[in-house]
Amino acid sequence: MVAQLSKGERQLSVIVLLALALAGLAMAVAGRADPLGVHGIIVILFSAALIFVVLAQFNAPEPSPERLKDYYDDPSKVGIVLSMFWAVIGMALGVWVAALLAWPDLTIDAAWASFGRLRPAHTSAVIFGFGGNALIATSYHVMQRTSRARLPGQFSPWFVLIGYNLFCVVAAAGYFMGVTQSKEYAEPEWYADIWLTIVWIAYFVLYIRTLARRKEPHIYVANWYYLAFILVVAMLHIVNNLAVPVSLGHAKSYSAFSGVQDAMTQWWYGHNAVAFFLTAGFLGMMYYYLPKRAGRPIFSYRLSIISFWGITFMYMWAGSHHLHYTALPQWVQTLGMTFSLVLLVPSWASAGNALATLNGAWHKVRDDATLRFMMAAAVFYGLTTFEGSFLAIRPVNSLSHYTDWTIGHVHAGALGWVALITFGSIYAVVPWLWRRQAMYSARLVEWHFWLALSGTVIYVFAMWNSGIIQGLMWRTYNESGTLTYSFIESMVAMHPYYIARAFGGLLFLLGAIIGTYNVLMTITGHSKAVEEVGEDMPHRAGAAISAEPAE
Amino acid sequence: MDVGDRDPVTGQLTTGHEWNGITELYTPVPRIVFFFLFVTILFSIVYWVLMPAWPLGWTYTKGILGFDQKAVVQSQLAEAGAEQSAWTSRIDGMDYAAIQADPELMKIVHEAGATLFGDNCAVCHGTGGTGGKGFPDLTAGAWLWGGEPEAIAETLRVGINAPHEETRVSQMLSFGRDGILVRDQIDDVVGYVQSLGPSAAAAHDEEALARGAEVFAGNCAACHGEDAKGNRDLGAPNLTDASWIYGGDRQSITSTVYSGHQGLMPSWEQRLTPTQRKILTLYVLGLSGETQ
Repeated sequence: MVAQLSKGERQLSVIVLLALALAGLAMAVAGRADPLGVHGIIVILFSAALIFVVLAQFNAPEPSPERLKDYYDDPSKVGIVLSMFWAVIGMALGVWVAALLAWPDLTIDAAWASFGRLRPAHTSAVIFGFGGNALIATSYHVMQRTSRARLPGQFSPWFVLIGYNLFCVVAAAGYFMGVTQSKEYAEPEWYADIWLTIVWIAYFVLYIRTLARRKEPHIYVANWYYLAFILVVAMLHIVNNLAVPVSLGHAKSYSAFSGVQDAMTQWWYGHNAVAFFLTAGFLGMMYYYLPKRAGRPIFSYRLSIISFWGITFMYMWAGSHHLHYTALPQWVQTLGMTFSLVLLVPSWASAGNALATLNGAWHKVRDDATLRFMMAAAVFYGLTTFEGSFLAIRPVNSLSHYTDWTIGHVHAGALGWVALITFGSIYAVVPWLWRRQAMYSARLVEWHFWLALSGTVIYVFAMWNSGIIQGLMWRTYNESGTLTYSFIESMVAMHPYYIARAFGGLLFLLGAIIGTYNVLMTITGHSKAVEEVGEDMPHRAGAAISAEPAE
Repeated sequence: MDVGDRDPVTGQLTTGHEWNGITELYTPVPRIVFFFLFVTILFSIVYWVLMPAWPLGWTYTKGILGFDQKAVVQSQLAEAGAEQSAWTSRIDGMDYAAIQADPELMKIVHEAGATLFGDNCAVCHGTGGTGGKGFPDLTAGAWLWGGEPEAIAETLRVGINAPHEETRVSQMLSFGRDGILVRDQIDDVVGYVQSLGPSAAAAHDEEALARGAEVFAGNCAACHGEDAKGNRDLGAPNLTDASWIYGGDRQSITSTVYSGHQGLMPSWEQRLTPTQRKILTLYVLGLSGETQ
């Protein structure tokens, strides 16, 4: 892959990596008495390893200019593999923390293995490691093809992908050392946040430059969503992470916000991370891979427009529904609740647009597990957005808030929607990227589908039961007006559901492991290669043969 | 917008654009989408009129229902307090024996006490009050500071070795670690202590037992008493009953004599109201079967 870089790009890579290693050295020295120093050493090792990778092929001959006529897919390929790697890590951590909740004695007596450190490692590894890598990899793939333009350079796609993974590594290593700013889904400290800001702006510039090079007169709907994802996540990330470090030699920082303003900023960020990271980005994925795989036109262009603008406008207001019945002024809660209700309409319009696109292709849904992944994802997207609007209603929230119902809701979205659409898209894109006729094993895709679906259903049902029982137990009164149940009794009542949840998660993890095996077998040449490779090129008009479903 | 081909499945026209093989139909937005947009927006507008909703610089629209979550929670708390005062005032004004004689009040004590115990005491003493290693069994009737209601209430109020000004203070010295007793003496006194319990096996070594009794008289009797039945003024446990806080096997007793103990019970004066502590006192008495 390094040999595909021009000599100038190889030199630039080495210079940037050296600068990064120097930054790591500065962190290691300034923070030698702090976890910041360990992070510095990680940055040095990370950059050094990559410098060796580049230097190993530094003197390879200049690549043929012919390559510029084709799409640039090397970063997408690496991103897909990294995504599956993070999926297995993140889901294994999830099963571990689920098991700890069911059997607390399973813990090993080490600070890094405590629940409070494993839990953000789980959420970050699945959301940012698995989801983020899949989004970057597929966005490169989709925007090149729907714009009929090659990425503008070969350096910046790598900078974004590898820089992003450095952020993920620093984040995860930080959690195990106890480094956190205690903001959910925004736990990494100030230096990791600054680095992610640089990477994310490079991503935005790369995306805009590719769109500017497009040969298609119109911008396809998938790219609207990818662009919304990149732009809004940049805004959310920068505002929510405004903080003042204790010193340049310390990992610890203090947020620019405090009290209820801090809570509101955090949940404005948190809910829009759900909206623009976990929804908009993956809708972009769905809008490309689902119609490609089904071989059907999008049901309605006009519905796409309404849902896109509905989703982007409404979501921005919804964050305060995370703070019902708190110190947050009630008028803010009212706005959060009402906009969450209106939000249901464009959300269901998107899910409906996806499902109606399958009209005329339902026989493929029956036979092709890859397409079925995407269909099931659209169904879970609809279910979860309905549940989300429902839970945003204040009186409903008074029962559900702080219970496992919230966890069930999040996982209906994360497993049922985000992970299923990602696996479906990966199974579609891997044979296209690696020029294979099909995945190594269609039966393993089938196994993965049913493991993932049953795991999700078991997980979500367990948490619905557990959450509603919890909520009811917490609000049951005796005739005398005192609480009937102590908190610990509600914990005892949760135990069977926690076991079921760990089991459901285990099934989901097994599916991801099977999927990773299948992907690795496909790309290492255990499935037949496609002979005609010439069609999937930016300078050619029209459809690409190799991008057709090959099964 | 240009219009392209007709889709054979749905009969709809395409928009005339194509991206990498993907086309889009020009299907009109289903009416139901507009209907539900209308319904949800209408609901929102009505809700905004009724409830606090929109910011206006220094203030906000209050809503014509005059609903305010702070006022609501305050009135609900006041209402609940008024409802409970029917029986809380009786509990406050009556002495323990009188409450114990009143089955109606004791029913409330059991209900409310179980939840208070679960939320505050169970984390150490266990949900059933049976304790565990280091945490006394409250069902055994083996009271360290006295089993009268007043004594239990006082323990709840000030705690044991707690950061309360009037806390009860109790310490078992580290006889081994601090060099007060040597290894042989500890062995002997542990054997002697084991021989005191109701289930003690017949001693094998009368001589060791005699030596142990001597060590006991010189070192332990000051707190635990000549007869080893403990001293409730000092929180010193009775060593002749079947109840052990840190374990009654040879190894546990040896470790206790060697390292000592200074168990801690928090003071609940800041955290629980006098009524709640009174309910807990009666509930804890009930656990040990000393209710009536």
